[in-house]
Amino acid sequence: MQPEVAEFETIIKKHPQEKKYLMPILQDIQAKFNYLPQNALIKVSEALEVPLMDVVSIATFYNIFSLTPRGKHVITICLGTACHVRGAPLVLEEFKRRLNIRVGETTEDNLFTLETVNCLGACALGPIAVIDGDYYGQMKIRKVDKLIKKFRPEKRSKAE
Amino acid sequence: MRLATLMRLKSSEEKMITLYINGLEAKAEEGQTILDAARFYGLEIPTLCYHEGLSRFGGCRLCLVEIGQEPKSKLVSSCTYPVEEGLVVRTDTRRVIETRKMMIELMLSLAPNSKIIQDLASKFGVKQVRFKIRNEECILCGLCVRMCAEQMDGRAIGFQKRGHRRKISTPFDIRSEECRLCGGCIYICPACQLRCQGPQAETAVCNACLTMDPTCLDHYDELQCWMYDVGRCGTCVREKSEKSEKKEQTRASK
Amino acid sequence: MNIKKLDELRKDILKSRKNGKSIITICSGTGCHAYGCRKVAQAFKDEIKNQNLQDVAEVRTTGCHGFCERGPIVVIQPEGIFYQRIQLKDIKEVISKTIKEKKILDRLLYVHPQTEEKIVYEKEVPFYKEQKRIIFGNNGFVDPTEIKDYIAVNGYSAIAKVLQTMTPHGVLEEIKKSGLRGRGGAGFPTGYKWEFTSKAKGDKKYIVCNCDEGDPGAYMDRSLLEGNPHSVIEGMLIGAYAIGAKEGIIYVRAEYPLAVENITIALDQAREYNLLGKNILGTDFSFDISISKGAGAFVSGEESALLACIEGKIGIPKQRPPYPAQEGLWGKPTNINNVETWANAPMIINRGADWFSRIGTEKSKGTKIFSLVGKINNTGLVEVPMGITLREIIFDIGGGIPGGKEFKAVQTGGPSGGCIPKEKLDLPIDYESLTEAGSMMGSGGMIVMDENTCMVDVAKYFLNFLRDESCGKCLSCREGTQRMWEMVTDISEGKGKEGDLEFLMALAKATRDASMCGLGQTAANPVLSTIRYFRDEFEAHIKDKKCPAGVCTKLIQYSIMEEKCTGCLACLKVCPQGAISGELKKVHVIDPVKCIKCGACYEACNFDAIKIE
Repeated sequence: MQPEVAEFETIIKKHPQEKKYLMPILQDIQAKFNYLPQNALIKVSEALEVPLMDVVSIATFYNIFSLTPRGKHVITICLGTACHVRGAPLVLEEFKRRLNIRVGETTEDNLFTLETVNCLGACALGPIAVIDGDYYGQMKIRKVDKLIKKFRPEKRSKAE
Repeated sequence: MRLATLMRLKSSEEKMITLYINGLEAKAEEGQTILDAARFYGLEIPTLCYHEGLSRFGGCRLCLVEIGQEPKSKLVSSCTYPVEEGLVVRTDTRRVIETRKMMIELMLSLAPNSKIIQDLASKFGVKQVRFKIRNEECILCGLCVRMCAEQMDGRAIGFQKRGHRRKISTPFDIRSEECRLCGGCIYICPACQLRCQGPQAETAVCNACLTMDPTCLDHYDELQCWMYDVGRCGTCVREKSEKSEKKEQTRASK
Repeated sequence: MNIKKLDELRKDILKSRKNGKSIITICSGTGCHAYGCRKVAQAFKDEIKNQNLQDVAEVRTTGCHGFCERGPIVVIQPEGIFYQRIQLKDIKEVISKTIKEKKILDRLLYVHPQTEEKIVYEKEVPFYKEQKRIIFGNNGFVDPTEIKDYIAVNGYSAIAKVLQTMTPHGVLEEIKKSGLRGRGGAGFPTGYKWEFTSKAKGDKKYIVCNCDEGDPGAYMDRSLLEGNPHSVIEGMLIGAYAIGAKEGIIYVRAEYPLAVENITIALDQAREYNLLGKNILGTDFSFDISISKGAGAFVSGEESALLACIEGKIGIPKQRPPYPAQEGLWGKPTNINNVETWANAPMIINRGADWFSRIGTEKSKGTKIFSLVGKINNTGLVEVPMGITLREIIFDIGGGIPGGKEFKAVQTGGPSGGCIPKEKLDLPIDYESLTEAGSMMGSGGMIVMDENTCMVDVAKYFLNFLRDESCGKCLSCREGTQRMWEMVTDISEGKGKEGDLEFLMALAKATRDASMCGLGQTAANPVLSTIRYFRDEFEAHIKDKKCPAGVCTKLIQYSIMEEKCTGCLACLKVCPQGAISGELKKVHVIDPVKCIKCGACYEACNFDAIKIE
């Protein structure tokens, strides 16, 4: 079920209707809906008179844009070099096991989306997981399950 | 720039730039590329993603030439690099030839069935492909995208994503409303044109198009574009139907 | 506001601050935010009110202090008392003892790891002592959201000096004379770069500040922009004046929301004080800055790709010539510089090119801010003069490797750089020496690695990064990075064979030679430098199918050392596969068939009993 077209129009109208505002408009839509719905891209293409193909090219080029809806909680694991050297890949593997999804996917109950980022710039706290904008630093493999349970207390995690 | 135009302009008062190609003093017009200048003088530089009627892309890295003097020389794509006063260009140094061979080897690993790429391999002495064959056909040269956008004003297909995930497709991978089924993309594609079976023919039957299944037949009762007499396409319809999903699964499990 | 009034304002601010109050500066960079510095700041404010000490002390949330390992950090001025790892429960005592009674709280002090001496003052902490914090130092004194703090530390005096006493040509000469080179990585002489754009033909010119900072592990630019945004604004003012630009753009990557917030506030305040906009400080110089946000692409840190991003296109680098100085943003002459480069300009104007050029080496002048991260005791941001050795940074400032482990390599220059081994620890840091060693200065990321880091894994990591981040246009870069990654992955999984290294190096060279932009051209560095210095490690993976550092999962085995195991059940409890069997006080055993090598047991064991080989 895609959001209403009218909601995009409000966002689009906040900026001048020129091609050079394409990025800020897409960033605003992404920030509000947590993804870029298809009809939003079509609307932006019409409003700015930019070919739909160009809008889609841009929407798929950048990491922050997602063309599929994301879960309620987005878990972002930092895979910067400093975090990598401190064991971030093993922490990521644990998240994948516990949530039973791959990077970029969303759990079946639509609660979590697992993503990675290439550096948050908080290297002293590595390895880091960011959930809903909150930083959980010095992550350890055994902390993962507890952290997930914080957002999903009723269900037992898969790996137990 | 077309030869005729160049000759016309040369006779006018246009500013000419002097550069040196393979030791030869060459004159070119401001705004031309090294490739334009070289071709005017009859020097051959191989290209793939370059087409006279389309904008310059510089993606296939086949037309590399070495510019500058040692130790500061570097390789650039001649189809995009503009001529500069005093530029020193060499088209066939060892560095150029070795690098070009690696490019062809990479292309072969993606589209071994393309006669154009096989011909390049023979011409430039590429005798082995040491990479795992991926059989993706598409080498992302972008000719189809530029054809669709610039010659046909369609913009139905384009580049999406980036890096190793880059691909060419229609928006949302579904039938595009902008696509007028002209077949221009297939016409210009170097991987689609003149397919061959590779170094050895196994049967009398030409299986060149075997890897291209007409996916439109999964949805319609007849082929959807006029290229059916040259070969079949697999690029225009990507909507997933049950039949095409089953096919994809069988293809993936191979 | 004009130049005279600005001067008077500064004097007034300084006078009003000579009130004997204690200023409790609290580090508020992103790192310390993750440590909870906001709560700390609020708690301090509340406690000051509780104890009725509003006339005696005030709280100032400042930019990043740099010693990220020890956050949350509180420095009490004017004495410079340094308290680290502050917790909420400490705050009451800090107020009552240190502020009220001027008594030091020993437990919050930094303890020298060798001498065990407790150090009271910030400037004596070894981490800070060896640094030369001429640019970054001000972070600790200014609240990034308060322009008056910046003015108080002589902020905006450089642009006043320029507008009053220097011509654009004069500024260009001064910057050229200083020897400042681009701090974004390539190290192009800044004065000459500015001159190209200033001489270019065009009615409209732009300047751009590149805060994309894509190198993983590097966060200096973020801390500068977050912590002292006005220093960057002032630098851009000076540059705009010299170049003749009326518009400036600061491009900040998407992952830096606090930096965007703080620079937005700073720009608004600068406009309020007539430091941006029309007729700046009452002169006929007009200039304003807007912000452009990134969207998550490493390649958009590349100059020409960055301009494409600002223009709303996909971040694909352009063939040069023509260079941005001739045809840049919207086809107009544009000068792009890194955040740190811009931040150096006010310093050079105020203290002179001669002073600046006395710092550093013959070809690399001034200081450089590095992010010292990875397997290092004192993780943080350090500013050092060019020419200092790697050994001094890693051991004297960085405090060496945690856990007493052996230093193995330091990676500089991000994915475009390379690894520098033990043998080269005494290398003086400058643009040329790092390039000769097979790496590069890059934006300043310095990742320290120890004996438990596998260099094949490091090469694989960078190649994975590059194949994702490549824009994908050039076949050589897109397929080159992909195929190199495939080959190194095979090697890390024990599938390598004789001849692989030679082929890998040939492919790396082809990728470097054939690609159009810096990303592809330097993509070979991680591979070539790790093979150059750690070839034996690669060969162990290929010939012996072993990973000496114990990292590559397909080549290692987890086992429990009988002599060290105390039977505490810790590992048994955390094993997700139930692969460990054992009873209390009896030696535990790992079933190699069930073991998925997740590392949980190694992490949990307090007795170093888990062996990985």
